[in-house]
Amino acid sequence: MYARIYVFRFPKETSDKPIICKLVKEYDVEFNILKATILPQHEGLMVIELMGHKKNVRNALDYLKTFGVIIEPLSTIIRRDEDKCFQCGACTGICPTKALFIDRPSMAVLFDPDKCNGCGLCVTVCPVRAMEVSLLQSVSTLP
Amino acid sequence: MGNWKVQKTYEEINARIKSGEAVVVTAEEMVAIVRENGPEEAARKVDVVTTGTFSPMCSSGAFINFGQSNPTIKATKVWLNGIPAYAGLAAVDVYLGAAELPEDDPLNKVFPGEFRYGGGHVLEDLLAGKKILLKATAYGTDCYPNKAIEKEITLEDLPYALLMNPRNCYQNYNCAINLSEKTIYTYMGTLRPNGKNANFCSAGELSPLMNDPLYKTIGLGTRIFLAGGIGYVGWHGTQHNPAALRLENSTPKRPAGTMMVYGDMKHMKARWLKGISMQGYGATVAVGIGVPIPILNEEMAGFTGVSDEELVTQIVDYSYDYSHGVARNYGEVTYAQLKSGSIEVNGNEVPTAPLSSVVRAREIANTLKEWIEKRDFTLVEPVQTLPDK
Ligand code: SF4
Ligand code: SF4
Repeated sequence: MYARIYVFRFPKETSDKPIICKLVKEYDVEFNILKATILPQHEGLMVIELMGHKKNVRNALDYLKTFGVIIEPLSTIIRRDEDKCFQCGACTGICPTKALFIDRPSMAVLFDPDKCNGCGLCVTVCPVRAMEVSLLQSVSTLP
Repeated sequence: MGNWKVQKTYEEINARIKSGEAVVVTAEEMVAIVRENGPEEAARKVDVVTTGTFSPMCSSGAFINFGQSNPTIKATKVWLNGIPAYAGLAAVDVYLGAAELPEDDPLNKVFPGEFRYGGGHVLEDLLAGKKILLKATAYGTDCYPNKAIEKEITLEDLPYALLMNPRNCYQNYNCAINLSEKTIYTYMGTLRPNGKNANFCSAGELSPLMNDPLYKTIGLGTRIFLAGGIGYVGWHGTQHNPAALRLENSTPKRPAGTMMVYGDMKHMKARWLKGISMQGYGATVAVGIGVPIPILNEEMAGFTGVSDEELVTQIVDYSYDYSHGVARNYGEVTYAQLKSGSIEVNGNEVPTAPLSSVVRAREIANTLKEWIEKRDFTLVEPVQTLPDK
Protein backbone atom coordinates (compact mmCIF):
# COMPACT_ATOMS: atom_id res chain seq x y z
CA MET A 1 0.00 0.00 0.00
CA TYR A 2 1.04 3.54 -0.77
CA ALA A 3 1.13 5.98 2.16
CA ARG A 4 2.28 9.57 2.06
CA ILE A 5 1.90 12.67 4.15
CA TYR A 6 0.73 15.87 2.53
CA VAL A 7 0.11 19.42 3.52
CA PHE A 8 -3.15 20.84 2.18
CA ARG A 9 -3.86 24.54 2.07
CA PHE A 10 -7.53 25.26 1.60
CA PRO A 11 -8.72 28.53 0.11
CA LYS A 12 -11.29 30.50 2.15
CA GLU A 13 -14.25 29.44 0.03
CA THR A 14 -13.75 25.71 0.48
CA SER A 15 -12.72 25.52 4.09
CA ASP A 16 -16.27 24.72 5.26
CA LYS A 17 -17.13 22.22 2.55
CA PRO A 18 -16.95 18.52 3.49
CA ILE A 19 -14.61 17.45 0.73
CA ILE A 20 -12.20 15.29 2.73
CA CYS A 21 -14.75 12.58 3.54
CA LYS A 22 -15.27 12.05 -0.20
CA LEU A 23 -11.76 10.63 -0.34
CA VAL A 24 -12.90 7.45 1.38
CA LYS A 25 -16.25 7.08 -0.35
CA GLU A 26 -15.34 7.94 -3.90
CA TYR A 27 -11.63 7.27 -4.16
CA ASP A 28 -11.09 4.42 -1.69
CA VAL A 29 -8.32 6.36 0.01
CA GLU A 30 -7.98 6.23 3.78
CA PHE A 31 -6.74 9.22 5.68
CA ASN A 32 -5.33 10.17 9.01
CA ILE A 33 -5.38 13.86 9.95
CA LEU A 34 -2.21 14.69 11.85
CA LYS A 35 -2.86 18.35 12.32
CA ALA A 36 -5.51 20.79 11.12
CA THR A 37 -6.36 24.44 11.48
CA ILE A 38 -9.53 25.14 9.59
CA LEU A 39 -11.83 27.93 10.62
CA PRO A 40 -14.95 28.87 8.66
CA GLN A 41 -14.22 31.71 6.22
CA HIS A 42 -10.46 31.47 6.72
CA GLU A 43 -7.70 29.80 4.83
CA GLY A 44 -7.15 26.36 6.31
CA LEU A 45 -4.12 24.13 6.73
CA MET A 46 -4.09 20.40 7.19
CA VAL A 47 -1.33 17.84 7.60
CA ILE A 48 -2.78 14.56 6.46
CA GLU A 49 -1.60 11.05 5.72
CA LEU A 50 -3.22 9.36 2.71
CA MET A 51 -3.18 5.58 2.28
CA GLY A 52 -4.38 3.50 -0.62
CA HIS A 53 -3.45 2.50 -4.15
CA LYS A 54 -1.01 4.94 -5.66
CA LYS A 55 -3.42 5.56 -8.53
CA ASN A 56 -6.34 6.24 -6.18
CA VAL A 57 -4.26 8.64 -4.12
CA ARG A 58 -3.30 10.49 -7.27
CA ASN A 59 -6.93 10.74 -8.40
CA ALA A 60 -7.97 11.95 -4.98
CA LEU A 61 -5.33 14.68 -5.11
CA ASP A 62 -6.52 15.74 -8.56
CA TYR A 63 -10.06 15.94 -7.22
CA LEU A 64 -8.92 18.20 -4.37
CA LYS A 65 -7.01 20.44 -6.73
CA THR A 66 -10.25 21.23 -8.55
CA PHE A 67 -11.34 23.02 -5.36
CA GLY A 68 -8.18 25.13 -5.38
CA VAL A 69 -6.48 23.15 -2.61
CA ILE A 70 -2.72 23.65 -2.70
CA ILE A 71 -0.92 20.38 -2.06
CA GLU A 72 2.66 19.79 -1.00
CA PRO A 73 4.20 16.50 0.04
CA LEU A 74 5.44 16.79 3.61
CA SER A 75 8.98 15.72 2.80
CA THR A 76 9.65 19.17 1.40
CA ILE A 77 8.77 20.68 4.73
CA ILE A 78 10.50 18.44 7.25
CA ARG A 79 14.14 18.82 6.57
CA ARG A 80 17.46 18.42 8.24
CA ASP A 81 19.85 21.33 8.28
CA GLU A 82 22.98 19.50 7.21
CA ASP A 83 25.24 22.31 8.45
CA LYS A 84 23.80 22.13 11.92
CA CYS A 85 23.57 18.34 12.21
CA PHE A 86 26.74 16.96 13.75
CA GLN A 87 25.82 13.34 13.21
CA CYS A 88 25.46 12.47 16.89
CA GLY A 89 22.62 10.00 16.58
CA ALA A 90 20.48 11.16 19.52
CA CYS A 91 17.42 11.43 17.25
CA THR A 92 17.63 7.80 16.13
CA GLY A 93 16.56 6.56 19.55
CA ILE A 94 13.28 8.47 19.41
CA CYS A 95 12.24 8.46 15.73
CA PRO A 96 9.28 6.04 15.53
CA THR A 97 9.53 5.31 11.81
CA LYS A 98 13.31 4.93 11.45
CA ALA A 99 13.33 7.87 9.05
CA LEU A 100 16.38 8.90 11.06
CA PHE A 101 18.70 5.93 11.22
CA ILE A 102 22.33 4.93 11.54
CA ASP A 103 24.30 3.40 8.71
CA ARG A 104 26.71 0.72 9.93
CA PRO A 105 29.62 0.38 10.23
CA SER A 106 30.20 4.04 9.22
CA MET A 107 27.88 5.22 12.04
CA ALA A 108 26.66 8.03 9.76
CA VAL A 109 23.21 9.32 10.76
CA LEU A 110 20.97 9.38 7.71
CA PHE A 111 17.54 10.93 7.13
CA ASP A 112 15.03 9.38 4.74
CA PRO A 113 12.21 11.94 4.28
CA ASP A 114 9.99 9.32 2.63
CA LYS A 115 9.74 7.39 5.88
CA CYS A 116 9.03 10.46 8.03
CA ASN A 117 5.48 10.71 9.40
CA GLY A 118 5.85 14.28 10.59
CA CYS A 119 5.46 13.50 14.29
CA GLY A 120 7.99 16.19 15.18
CA LEU A 121 9.59 14.25 18.06
CA CYS A 122 13.08 14.75 16.66
CA VAL A 123 12.74 18.54 16.65
CA THR A 124 13.17 18.97 20.39
CA VAL A 125 15.29 15.86 20.92
CA CYS A 126 17.98 17.07 18.51
CA PRO A 127 20.49 18.93 20.69
CA VAL A 128 21.40 21.39 17.93
CA ARG A 129 17.86 21.82 16.53
CA ALA A 130 18.90 20.56 13.13
CA MET A 131 15.46 19.12 12.33
CA GLU A 132 13.08 21.71 10.98
CA VAL A 133 9.37 21.07 10.78
CA SER A 134 8.58 24.52 9.56
CA LEU A 135 4.99 24.02 8.55
CA LEU A 136 3.86 22.20 11.69
CA GLN A 137 5.13 25.14 13.64
CA SER A 138 3.32 27.65 11.48
CA VAL A 139 0.14 25.57 11.82
CA SER A 140 0.28 25.82 15.58
CA THR A 141 0.69 29.59 15.49
CA LEU A 142 -2.23 30.21 13.13
CA PRO A 143 -5.37 31.79 14.64
CA MET B 1 59.94 2.61 32.79
CA GLY B 2 59.55 -0.92 31.53
CA ASN B 3 62.15 -2.78 29.52
CA TRP B 4 60.62 -2.56 26.10
CA LYS B 5 61.88 -4.15 22.92
CA VAL B 6 60.87 -1.04 21.00
CA GLN B 7 61.81 2.27 22.56
CA LYS B 8 61.24 5.65 20.98
CA THR B 9 61.48 9.10 22.49
CA TYR B 10 59.35 12.15 21.82
CA GLU B 11 62.42 13.77 20.23
CA GLU B 12 62.87 10.87 17.82
CA ILE B 13 59.20 10.88 16.86
CA ASN B 14 59.22 14.66 16.36
CA ALA B 15 62.37 14.39 14.23
CA ARG B 16 60.56 11.87 12.04
CA ILE B 17 57.53 14.19 11.82
CA LYS B 18 59.76 17.08 10.76
CA SER B 19 61.53 15.02 8.11
CA GLY B 20 58.18 13.84 6.77
CA GLU B 21 58.88 10.18 7.62
CA ALA B 22 56.55 9.68 10.55
CA VAL B 23 53.90 7.00 10.18
CA VAL B 24 50.62 8.33 11.55
CA VAL B 25 47.40 6.30 11.73
CA THR B 26 44.03 6.81 13.39
CA ALA B 27 42.96 4.75 16.40
CA GLU B 28 40.49 2.91 14.15
CA GLU B 29 43.22 2.01 11.66
CA MET B 30 45.51 0.92 14.49
CA VAL B 31 43.11 -1.88 15.50
CA ALA B 32 43.81 -3.88 12.33
CA ILE B 33 47.54 -3.05 12.36
CA VAL B 34 47.99 -4.46 15.87
CA ARG B 35 45.80 -7.47 15.09
CA GLU B 36 47.88 -8.34 12.04
CA ASN B 37 51.35 -7.55 13.30
CA GLY B 38 51.17 -7.82 17.07
CA PRO B 39 52.03 -4.88 19.34
CA GLU B 40 55.80 -5.12 18.97
CA GLU B 41 55.86 -5.03 15.18
CA ALA B 42 53.11 -2.38 15.20
CA ALA B 43 55.25 -0.23 17.52
CA ARG B 44 58.13 -0.45 15.03
CA LYS B 45 55.87 0.58 12.15
CA VAL B 46 53.72 3.31 13.67
CA ASP B 47 54.91 6.52 15.33
CA VAL B 48 51.69 8.29 16.24
CA VAL B 49 48.06 7.22 16.69
CA THR B 50 45.46 9.97 16.45
CA THR B 51 42.21 9.85 18.42
CA GLY B 52 39.04 11.94 18.40
CA THR B 53 35.77 12.62 20.13
CA PHE B 54 32.92 15.05 19.50
CA SER B 55 30.18 15.01 22.07
CA PRO B 56 28.34 17.04 24.68
CA MET B 57 30.91 18.07 27.28
CA CYS B 58 29.60 19.74 30.37
CA SER B 59 32.07 21.71 32.44
CA SER B 60 33.25 23.91 29.61
CA GLY B 61 33.51 27.66 29.22
CA ALA B 62 35.76 30.57 28.35
CA PHE B 63 37.80 33.27 30.02
CA ILE B 64 37.13 36.49 28.16
CA ASN B 65 38.67 39.92 28.51
CA PHE B 66 36.38 42.37 26.77
CA GLY B 67 38.61 45.46 26.83
CA GLN B 68 38.18 48.73 28.70
CA SER B 69 35.66 51.47 27.97
CA ASN B 70 36.00 55.21 28.31
CA PRO B 71 35.29 56.10 31.09
CA THR B 72 36.61 52.87 32.57
CA ILE B 73 34.49 50.25 34.31
CA LYS B 74 35.04 47.55 36.92
CA ALA B 75 32.19 45.31 35.90
CA THR B 76 30.37 43.44 38.65
CA LYS B 77 27.64 41.93 36.51
CA VAL B 78 28.09 40.99 32.87
CA TRP B 79 25.77 39.46 30.29
CA LEU B 80 26.65 38.21 26.81
CA ASN B 81 23.53 37.99 24.62
CA GLY B 82 21.58 37.88 27.88
CA ILE B 83 23.61 35.01 29.35
CA PRO B 84 25.23 35.97 32.68
CA ALA B 85 29.01 35.59 32.85
CA TYR B 86 30.93 35.42 36.12
CA ALA B 87 32.57 38.81 36.67
CA GLY B 88 34.16 38.42 40.09
CA LEU B 89 37.67 38.29 38.62
CA ALA B 90 38.88 41.78 37.72
CA ALA B 91 37.68 44.89 35.89
CA VAL B 92 36.85 43.45 32.47
CA ASP B 93 37.62 39.73 32.81
CA VAL B 94 34.76 37.24 32.89
CA TYR B 95 34.23 33.50 32.76
CA LEU B 96 31.31 32.37 30.66
CA GLY B 97 30.09 28.88 31.50
CA ALA B 98 28.59 26.68 28.78
CA ALA B 99 25.65 25.61 30.96
CA GLU B 100 24.63 29.15 31.96
CA LEU B 101 21.09 30.21 31.01
CA PRO B 102 19.35 33.58 30.61
CA GLU B 103 17.89 34.91 33.87
CA ASP B 104 14.42 34.96 32.30
CA ASP B 105 14.64 31.48 30.77
CA PRO B 106 11.41 29.54 31.41
CA LEU B 107 13.63 26.62 32.51
CA ASN B 108 11.49 23.57 33.28
CA LYS B 109 8.34 25.54 34.16
CA VAL B 110 6.65 24.07 31.12
CA PHE B 111 8.11 20.60 31.31
CA PRO B 112 10.23 19.51 29.52
CA GLY B 113 11.97 22.85 28.97
CA GLU B 114 13.67 23.60 25.67
CA PHE B 115 16.76 25.53 26.82
CA ARG B 116 17.21 27.05 23.40
CA TYR B 117 20.08 29.39 24.15
CA GLY B 118 22.80 29.22 26.79
CA GLY B 119 26.48 29.90 27.37
CA GLY B 120 27.52 27.20 24.89
CA HIS B 121 25.51 28.93 22.15
CA VAL B 122 27.31 32.22 22.86
CA LEU B 123 30.66 30.42 22.47
CA GLU B 124 29.51 28.94 19.16
CA ASP B 125 28.24 32.35 17.96
CA LEU B 126 31.58 33.94 18.85
CA LEU B 127 33.43 31.32 16.80
CA ALA B 128 30.98 31.84 13.94
CA GLY B 129 32.03 35.52 13.88
CA LYS B 130 28.61 36.79 15.00
CA LYS B 131 28.13 40.01 16.93
CA ILE B 132 27.39 39.47 20.61
CA LEU B 133 25.67 42.10 22.76
CA LEU B 134 27.63 42.71 25.95
CA LYS B 135 26.05 44.48 28.91
CA ALA B 136 27.85 45.24 32.13
CA THR B 137 26.95 47.05 35.33
CA ALA B 138 29.19 48.32 38.11
CA TYR B 139 29.07 50.32 41.35
CA GLY B 140 31.72 52.84 40.26
CA THR B 141 35.07 53.66 41.85
CA ASP B 142 37.51 56.55 41.55
CA CYS B 143 39.62 54.60 39.08
CA TYR B 144 36.65 52.93 37.35
CA PRO B 145 33.80 55.47 37.42
CA ASN B 146 31.54 53.95 34.75
CA LYS B 147 28.43 52.24 36.11
CA ALA B 148 27.00 50.66 32.99
CA ILE B 149 28.08 49.85 29.46
CA GLU B 150 26.49 48.18 26.49
CA LYS B 151 28.42 47.28 23.36
CA GLU B 152 28.63 44.80 20.54
CA ILE B 153 31.63 42.53 20.51
CA THR B 154 33.00 39.97 18.10
CA LEU B 155 35.69 37.37 18.67
CA GLU B 156 37.98 39.36 16.43
CA ASP B 157 37.82 42.52 18.57
CA LEU B 158 38.16 40.75 21.90
CA PRO B 159 41.61 41.30 23.39
CA TYR B 160 41.55 37.77 24.83
CA ALA B 161 39.31 34.69 24.64
CA LEU B 162 40.54 31.41 26.05
CA LEU B 163 38.40 28.29 25.98
CA MET B 164 39.07 26.66 29.34
CA ASN B 165 37.16 23.50 30.09
CA PRO B 166 37.58 22.14 33.60
CA ARG B 167 36.31 18.66 32.68
CA ASN B 168 36.22 17.19 29.17
CA CYS B 169 36.88 13.92 27.45
CA TYR B 170 35.45 11.52 30.01
CA GLN B 171 37.25 8.21 29.79
CA ASN B 172 34.20 6.00 29.30
CA TYR B 173 30.64 6.81 30.30
CA ASN B 174 27.47 5.04 31.44
CA CYS B 175 24.92 3.60 29.07
CA ALA B 176 21.63 5.13 30.28
CA ILE B 177 18.20 3.50 30.48
CA ASN B 178 14.95 4.43 32.20
CA LEU B 179 13.19 1.70 34.15
CA SER B 180 10.36 3.91 35.41
CA GLU B 181 6.93 4.15 33.85
CA LYS B 182 7.23 7.63 32.40
CA THR B 183 9.54 9.26 29.85
CA ILE B 184 12.47 11.06 31.46
CA TYR B 185 14.58 13.90 30.07
CA THR B 186 18.22 13.75 31.12
CA TYR B 187 21.66 14.95 30.12
CA MET B 188 21.86 11.51 28.52
CA GLY B 189 18.96 12.45 26.26
CA THR B 190 15.32 11.45 26.24
CA LEU B 191 14.74 8.02 27.71
CA ARG B 192 11.48 6.23 27.09
CA PRO B 193 9.74 4.32 29.90
CA ASN B 194 10.24 0.66 30.85
CA GLY B 195 13.72 0.49 29.39
CA LYS B 196 12.51 0.97 25.80
CA ASN B 197 15.72 2.65 24.62
CA ALA B 198 19.31 3.08 25.77
CA ASN B 199 21.65 6.01 25.11
CA PHE B 200 25.43 5.95 25.31
CA CYS B 201 28.06 8.63 24.95
CA SER B 202 31.59 7.67 23.97
CA ALA B 203 33.51 7.40 20.73
CA GLY B 204 34.70 3.97 21.95
CA GLU B 205 37.88 2.87 20.18
CA LEU B 206 38.43 6.42 18.84
CA SER B 207 38.10 8.07 22.24
CA PRO B 208 41.34 9.72 23.46
CA LEU B 209 41.62 8.35 26.99
CA MET B 210 40.52 4.86 25.93
CA ASN B 211 43.73 4.70 23.87
CA ASP B 212 45.99 5.72 26.73
CA PRO B 213 44.10 4.10 29.58
CA LEU B 214 46.81 4.55 32.22
CA TYR B 215 47.76 8.12 31.21
CA LYS B 216 51.31 7.21 30.19
CA THR B 217 51.57 9.94 27.54
CA ILE B 218 48.82 12.47 28.32
CA GLY B 219 49.34 15.21 30.88
CA LEU B 220 50.21 18.82 31.55
CA GLY B 221 51.25 20.37 28.26
CA THR B 222 50.05 17.71 25.81
CA ARG B 223 49.22 19.52 22.57
CA ILE B 224 45.81 18.59 21.16
CA PHE B 225 43.15 19.37 18.55
CA LEU B 226 40.64 21.52 20.42
CA ALA B 227 37.50 22.72 18.64
CA GLY B 228 39.29 22.99 15.31
CA GLY B 229 42.31 24.84 16.71
CA ILE B 230 45.29 24.00 18.83
CA GLY B 231 44.80 23.41 22.53
CA TYR B 232 46.63 21.93 25.44
CA VAL B 233 45.86 19.61 28.29
CA GLY B 234 46.08 21.63 31.49
CA TRP B 235 45.77 19.00 34.12
CA HIS B 236 43.37 16.25 35.04
CA GLY B 237 39.78 17.43 35.00
CA THR B 238 37.30 17.56 37.85
CA GLN B 239 35.96 14.15 38.93
CA HIS B 240 39.08 12.42 37.49
CA ASN B 241 38.89 8.92 38.95
CA PRO B 242 41.78 6.68 37.97
CA ALA B 243 40.68 4.10 40.57
CA ALA B 244 37.60 3.07 38.54
CA LEU B 245 37.14 -0.66 37.88
CA ARG B 246 39.23 -1.81 34.95
CA LEU B 247 39.49 -4.70 32.51
CA GLU B 248 42.64 -6.74 32.02
CA ASN B 249 43.52 -4.51 29.04
CA SER B 250 43.66 -1.59 31.56
CA THR B 251 40.67 0.27 30.11
CA PRO B 252 38.05 1.35 32.67
CA LYS B 253 34.59 -0.24 32.76
CA ARG B 254 33.14 2.86 34.43
CA PRO B 255 33.50 6.63 34.02
CA ALA B 256 37.15 7.20 35.01
CA GLY B 257 39.75 9.76 33.92
CA THR B 258 38.99 13.28 32.69
CA MET B 259 41.06 16.14 31.24
CA MET B 260 41.09 19.88 31.77
CA VAL B 261 41.83 21.49 28.40
CA TYR B 262 42.33 25.02 27.11
CA GLY B 263 43.15 26.85 23.93
CA ASP B 264 42.96 30.21 22.16
CA MET B 265 39.45 30.63 20.76
CA LYS B 266 40.71 32.83 17.95
CA HIS B 267 41.97 29.76 16.09
CA MET B 268 38.90 27.61 16.71
CA LYS B 269 35.97 26.93 14.40
CA ALA B 270 32.22 26.89 15.02
CA ARG B 271 32.01 23.54 13.21
CA TRP B 272 33.85 21.97 16.14
CA LEU B 273 32.09 23.65 19.03
CA LYS B 274 28.30 23.55 19.14
CA GLY B 275 25.95 25.04 21.67
CA ILE B 276 23.44 22.33 22.51
CA SER B 277 20.04 22.12 24.18
CA MET B 278 19.13 18.98 26.05
CA GLN B 279 15.36 18.93 26.36
CA GLY B 280 14.26 19.02 30.01
CA TYR B 281 17.86 19.24 31.22
CA GLY B 282 19.58 22.42 30.08
CA ALA B 283 22.07 23.94 27.71
CA THR B 284 25.67 22.93 27.28
CA VAL B 285 28.22 22.54 24.54
CA ALA B 286 29.57 19.79 22.28
CA VAL B 287 33.33 20.00 21.86
CA GLY B 288 35.58 18.30 19.34
CA ILE B 289 38.85 17.05 20.82
CA GLY B 290 41.64 14.98 19.32
CA VAL B 291 44.73 13.77 21.14
CA PRO B 292 47.81 12.37 19.41
CA ILE B 293 49.33 9.37 21.13
CA PRO B 294 53.04 8.71 20.61
CA ILE B 295 53.84 5.03 20.13
CA LEU B 296 56.84 5.02 22.45
CA ASN B 297 56.91 1.25 22.82
CA GLU B 298 54.90 -1.95 22.32
CA GLU B 299 52.80 -1.21 25.39
CA MET B 300 51.43 1.97 23.76
CA ALA B 301 50.87 0.06 20.51
CA GLY B 302 48.86 -2.51 22.44
CA PHE B 303 46.82 0.20 24.19
CA THR B 304 46.01 2.06 20.98
CA GLY B 305 45.12 -1.19 19.21
CA VAL B 306 42.11 -1.66 21.47
CA SER B 307 38.81 -2.19 19.62
CA ASP B 308 35.14 -1.62 20.41
CA GLU B 309 34.78 -5.35 21.20
CA GLU B 310 37.29 -4.93 24.03
CA LEU B 311 35.79 -1.80 25.59
CA VAL B 312 33.04 -2.18 28.16
CA THR B 313 30.63 0.04 30.04
CA GLN B 314 27.80 -0.46 32.51
CA ILE B 315 24.06 0.01 31.99
CA VAL B 316 22.63 2.44 34.55
CA ASP B 317 19.03 3.33 35.36
CA TYR B 318 18.59 7.11 35.23
CA SER B 319 15.02 7.20 36.59
CA TYR B 320 16.02 6.33 40.16
CA ASP B 321 19.47 4.78 40.63
CA TYR B 322 21.53 7.58 39.10
CA SER B 323 19.59 10.38 40.77
CA HIS B 324 19.68 8.68 44.18
CA GLY B 325 23.30 7.54 44.18
CA VAL B 326 22.41 3.84 44.03
CA ALA B 327 25.52 1.96 42.90
CA ARG B 328 23.79 -0.66 40.82
CA ASN B 329 23.94 -1.60 37.18
CA TYR B 330 21.92 -3.72 34.79
CA GLY B 331 24.82 -5.49 33.24
CA GLU B 332 27.84 -4.59 31.16
CA VAL B 333 28.04 -4.23 27.40
CA THR B 334 30.82 -3.67 24.88
CA TYR B 335 30.98 -0.67 22.57
CA ALA B 336 30.68 -3.07 19.64
CA GLN B 337 27.28 -4.11 21.02
CA LEU B 338 26.25 -0.51 21.70
CA LYS B 339 27.24 0.60 18.21
CA SER B 340 25.43 -2.38 16.65
CA GLY B 341 22.10 -0.69 17.47
CA SER B 342 20.72 -3.00 20.11
CA ILE B 343 21.70 -4.55 23.42
CA GLU B 344 20.06 -6.95 25.82
CA VAL B 345 18.83 -5.64 29.16
CA ASN B 346 17.04 -8.00 31.59
CA GLY B 347 16.48 -10.43 28.73
CA ASN B 348 14.83 -7.81 26.47
CA GLU B 349 16.25 -6.40 23.28
CA VAL B 350 16.70 -2.65 23.64
CA PRO B 351 17.59 -0.27 20.77
CA THR B 352 20.61 1.96 21.42
CA ALA B 353 21.42 5.47 20.25
CA PRO B 354 24.68 7.39 20.58
CA LEU B 355 24.99 10.99 21.78
CA SER B 356 28.62 11.19 20.72
CA SER B 357 29.32 11.63 17.02
CA VAL B 358 31.46 8.79 15.68
CA VAL B 359 31.53 10.37 12.20
CA ARG B 360 32.95 13.61 13.57
CA ALA B 361 35.31 11.79 15.96
CA ARG B 362 36.76 10.00 12.94
CA GLU B 363 37.04 13.29 11.05
CA ILE B 364 38.98 14.79 13.97
CA ALA B 365 41.38 11.82 14.11
CA ASN B 366 41.91 12.17 10.35
CA THR B 367 42.42 15.94 10.56
CA LEU B 368 45.00 15.57 13.29
CA LYS B 369 46.71 12.89 11.22
CA GLU B 370 46.85 15.31 8.28
CA TRP B 371 48.25 18.11 10.43
CA ILE B 372 51.04 15.84 11.62
CA GLU B 373 51.75 14.49 8.15
CA LYS B 374 51.97 18.06 6.84
CA ARG B 375 54.45 18.76 9.67
CA ASP B 376 52.20 21.48 11.06
CA PHE B 377 51.82 19.73 14.38
CA THR B 378 54.44 18.13 16.59
CA LEU B 379 54.06 16.27 19.87
CA VAL B 380 54.76 17.73 23.29
CA GLU B 381 56.10 15.58 26.09
CA PRO B 382 53.97 16.38 29.14
CA VAL B 383 55.67 18.05 32.11
CA GLN B 384 53.69 15.65 34.29
CA THR B 385 51.34 12.89 33.15
CA LEU B 386 47.80 12.75 34.57
CA PRO B 387 47.57 11.14 38.01
CA ASP B 388 47.09 7.37 37.75
CA LYS B 389 46.16 6.81 41.39
S1 SF4 C 1 9.29 13.97 12.43
FE1 SF4 C 1 9.02 12.00 13.53
S2 SF4 C 1 9.13 10.44 11.91
FE2 SF4 C 1 9.94 12.35 11.01
S3 SF4 C 1 12.13 12.18 11.32
FE3 SF4 C 1 11.32 13.31 13.06
S4 SF4 C 1 10.96 11.73 14.64
FE4 SF4 C 1 11.21 10.65 12.69
S1 SF4 D 1 20.06 14.50 16.86
FE1 SF4 D 1 20.26 16.27 15.48
S2 SF4 D 1 22.47 16.57 15.30
FE2 SF4 D 1 22.18 14.55 16.13
S3 SF4 D 1 22.16 13.21 14.31
FE3 SF4 D 1 20.02 13.72 14.76
S4 SF4 D 1 19.60 15.51 13.49
FE4 SF4 D 1 21.82 15.31 13.55
